[in-house]
Amino acid sequence: MLKTRAGDGAVKLFGALMVLTVAMFTASLFVGYAAISLPDGLAALFGSGDPLIVTVMQEIRLPRTLLAAMVGLSLGLAGAAMQGFLRNPLAEPGLIGVSGSAALGAVIALQTGFASAFLLALPVSALVFAAGAVGLILLLAGPRGSSLTLILTGIAVSAFAAALTSLALNLSPNPYAASEIVFWLMGSVADRAMTHVWLALPVMALGWLALITLGHGLDALTLGEDAAEALGVSLSSLRLQLLLGTAAAVGAATAVAGAVGFVGLVVPHILRRFAEGRPSTLLWASALGGAAMVLAADLAVRVILPDRDLKLGVVMALIGAPLFLHLIYKTRREIA
Amino acid sequence: MTFLTLDSLTVRRGACPVVDQASLTIAEGECVGLIGPNGAGKTSLLRGALGLLPIEGQSSLADLPPRHRAAQAAWLPQKREIAWPMSVERVVALGRLPYLARGATLSAQDQSAVDAALHRMGLDGFRQRIATQLSGGEQARVLIARTLAQDTPLLLADEPIAGLDPAAQIATLDVFRSLAGEGRAVLTSLHDLSLAARYCTRLIVMHQGRVVADGPRDDILTKEMLADVFDLRAEVLDTAEGPIVQPLGVLHASTAPQTGAHG
Repeated sequence: MLKTRAGDGAVKLFGALMVLTVAMFTASLFVGYAAISLPDGLAALFGSGDPLIVTVMQEIRLPRTLLAAMVGLSLGLAGAAMQGFLRNPLAEPGLIGVSGSAALGAVIALQTGFASAFLLALPVSALVFAAGAVGLILLLAGPRGSSLTLILTGIAVSAFAAALTSLALNLSPNPYAASEIVFWLMGSVADRAMTHVWLALPVMALGWLALITLGHGLDALTLGEDAAEALGVSLSSLRLQLLLGTAAAVGAATAVAGAVGFVGLVVPHILRRFAEGRPSTLLWASALGGAAMVLAADLAVRVILPDRDLKLGVVMALIGAPLFLHLIYKTRREIA
Repeated sequence: MTFLTLDSLTVRRGACPVVDQASLTIAEGECVGLIGPNGAGKTSLLRGALGLLPIEGQSSLADLPPRHRAAQAAWLPQKREIAWPMSVERVVALGRLPYLARGATLSAQDQSAVDAALHRMGLDGFRQRIATQLSGGEQARVLIARTLAQDTPLLLADEPIAGLDPAAQIATLDVFRSLAGEGRAVLTSLHDLSLAARYCTRLIVMHQGRVVADGPRDDILTKEMLADVFDLRAEVLDTAEGPIVQPLGVLHASTAPQTGAHG
């Protein structure tokens, strides 16, 4: 009798996604304004060769590539976790208001001029606001609140953050400040330094750890909250872990890259079929897929209109929205 | 051996007790039917017994740590949910989660429990089918197989045969009875009184949150009980296959406002 071993398909999926992500990562390092050959670039990454090329590789390309991968990983992973928890393919990490609040923190830093106080002033301010949003959600939704309370609280927090962001724009002292805010909100990983990586990485890593270990509980939740709890899953600690993990990963991503949408929504949606519907497989698959997708979008930013400073968030939405529509079109019979 | 002991279990919704001082025990080898009209508190009793609701009083299961409890009792909720398009085999394998270490894959023992559960529910040919694309009745069988894969001494089921065709209803109850025969125990709420009478070794009757009767079927299924609890005019016919309850009409004895539940 033919029997599928659990994990057979998963190994193939892992391999394919790894190859894709590594390919995108490499392309991101070597495609850019300055043409640098592969051997020169590689040597420069490790600090040898032409000092100019070393600077370009180590201080411009490497942080940009690393941040694109980290942001994509965070958003993909958090999206898969959120969809698994809410058992809803329309859920996305921004739902709990963390990204909106982080953006508000950044905008306030830009508006008040705090952003230029020191290099990391803006991302730190964004992180503080993201943490504040989680605190507020925990306070309002309660540790044992239902998932519906969690969503509604998240929507309220998001709406309030969006209103305050508009207010900051409204009251911006001059058109330059306003345009700076608007451009920041579009999301980008260009012109970031390794210090941004070092700020975001520890926070994100904690978030990744919290999210990737949710697999067991999310698998059980496939059968509904009651059945999952009877299978030994503690829903209240699962919810807390999800909330803190998403806040850390997505808050840090927004803090260093601005608002990049659609990754957390589209990537799990594309990969669900390949993960054979299993939420636990989808977690790491979406993490890798998210990294590959943001790396690809950031490549597109550089290749399509190199002179016009196209923003990552804009390109991501331009890719993401039609892709999402296509997926809905393909699966509408299943959804109906 | 006793698998479940409830002692003065009370479940409140607001101030109103939906389960009121229920005490009962379920022992090895029993297939117990929990019967009662809608709103009698059957579901709340089962969920309270598992510790899925805040309770007053004692439940031997609710006292256990979650993982330990999951190895003692499987729970089949009334609401049939399969959120994602997984294969039938994968859904059934979810029953093995309480035994899996974080990130571990199924062991040979897990796999054989899954195979046995699939076989028992007649799902051998459905292994690779996507569970969400099956009919409602087939999904119900998949979810029952999932609880069987959990391989626990006790199975608690909330209206497991609602929405199944007659053959699947009988097949499911046959499985429950054979589980009891193997030294396990089943506590299941049922609405079909004739099937409850034929397949259960013992019946527990709930009415307005209270356990009003508990015993062998012949003591329980009387015209008086059916009138008092179910508001039914009914005949209980004795056949070679066991009693058949034939409801004939609705009495209107209980349409007046009830005050008894708060007593």
